[in-house]
Amino acid sequence: MEAIEVTGLRKTYQGREAVAGIDLVVARGEIFALLGPNGAGKTTTVEILEGHRRRNGGDVRVLGEDPGTAGRSWRSRIGIVLQDADDAADLTVTEMVRHVAGFYPEPRTADEVIELVGLTAKKTSKIRTLSGGQRRRVDVALGIVGRPELLFLDEPTTGFDPEARRQFWDLIRTLAGDGTTILLTTHYLDEAEALADRLAVLAGGQIVAEGTPATLGGRAAAGAKVSWQEGDRTRTEQLADPTELLRKLVADGADLRTLTVTRPTLEDTYLTLIGARK
Amino acid sequence: MRTVIARQIRMELVLTARRGEAVVLAMGVPLLVLLGAGLTHATNLPTDDRLGFVVPGVLALTVMSTAFTGQAITTGYERSYGVLKRLGASPLTRPGLLLAKTAAVLVQIVFQVLFLGLVGVVVGWRPELSHLLPAAGVTVLAAAGYSGLALLLASVLKPETTTGAATLIYVLMLSVGGIMFAAPDLGTAGWFLLPLAAHAEALRDTLSGGGSIPLSIWLALGAWAVVWLTAAARKFRWE
Repeated sequence: MEAIEVTGLRKTYQGREAVAGIDLVVARGEIFALLGPNGAGKTTTVEILEGHRRRNGGDVRVLGEDPGTAGRSWRSRIGIVLQDADDAADLTVTEMVRHVAGFYPEPRTADEVIELVGLTAKKTSKIRTLSGGQRRRVDVALGIVGRPELLFLDEPTTGFDPEARRQFWDLIRTLAGDGTTILLTTHYLDEAEALADRLAVLAGGQIVAEGTPATLGGRAAAGAKVSWQEGDRTRTEQLADPTELLRKLVADGADLRTLTVTRPTLEDTYLTLIGARK
Repeated sequence: MRTVIARQIRMELVLTARRGEAVVLAMGVPLLVLLGAGLTHATNLPTDDRLGFVVPGVLALTVMSTAFTGQAITTGYERSYGVLKRLGASPLTRPGLLLAKTAAVLVQIVFQVLFLGLVGVVVGWRPELSHLLPAAGVTVLAAAGYSGLALLLASVLKPETTTGAATLIYVLMLSVGGIMFAAPDLGTAGWFLLPLAAHAEALRDTLSGGGSIPLSIWLALGAWAVVWLTAAARKFRWE
């Protein structure tokens, strides 16, 4: 059984189609990333999958159940990290984590989770005294405290410094290694590339491309640009497969000190895909 | 589900204790009314037994202040701060949260009513303790109705608007609810329009008068509880 199966999902807000017929399959144990500009329908889609928003049409199965009607036992099998929950609660990190842990049948311990998200030094601090990035880690802690089979992460690293982001990526890989399925939305393409097994680009409520980070939007077939120095002249060649050329250059004893081979980055591919929609 | 709600009730009480000063301050107005209207002739009352009239009214006022005004304001801000949104991501259900919030308010009310009742006894009020049970019954109904309306307001209005509306309703009820003065005589319909007056009257009938509560008051407060809790359970939003 797949973790998530969606066919023909639609959602309309006051006559405007926010989600216009999405098909999506996420396998168990997979890290799947949803990319797309603001307003593309990412959060709406994720909220429908979480059971927090009703859909206007389509078929949705999450862990084998319809999130629109699934009960509490289903809810305790998923974990949710919401987009910017700006919480000013008068509780310490440990109190909040321990409290939410009590809602699940087999939770992780508060100390374990706080350690996993790197907040041990702040565990007795009130949540409202934490920085934005630290509060985000509280959100993550609350999302994983119930040992979810499926974890939703809606722009999880917004407000993190680079080091915190790397730590967070390691945490996500650890969770995925333990078999947790992860659905991630993000604005950061390096994040999607570093984490996702597969990804989909959403624009105007539709999926415009789907694939692995290496093949998305024909990226693998886009070939490579090779440039090198020939005397005082820079030579550039755009090729589907640069292997032959490189072999020849080496055999000819060409000056390869400035050799570059570039392929379109995920960001190039993404911007092309989004641009084509506009 | 039961343990989830029990945990949430405990958490609500911890949070209430953290803002203990606000809870104490909330008893200021009822205390002033009790001493002012109960011990002096500052207002005209339909009876000579001033304490017998005023103390039950003050108890009813405290229930409204905590279950309605306090509940609405706190929940409104919790919603805008994202506290509720966070809980919404957990397996705590919507009815579960509403139930926990109402139960936590009831616990708080027990302490406040005990305190104000004791102050009343100290200054000379002599309640009929044999009629405690029906008095407690209407109090639970009143608190449930107030709490439902509070949660409804808090989830459809902005927090500032909720604060304004909750305060306005509090002052209106205080003026026409038959606490310091006699309530306007609207007959049975009055009990349905002014739950504070109905609750105060029920407490007077039992605790001061040693009698029973009219069926119309049971019906009025029961209707308030059912209507507002149902509406809140349907309309309540986490964010």
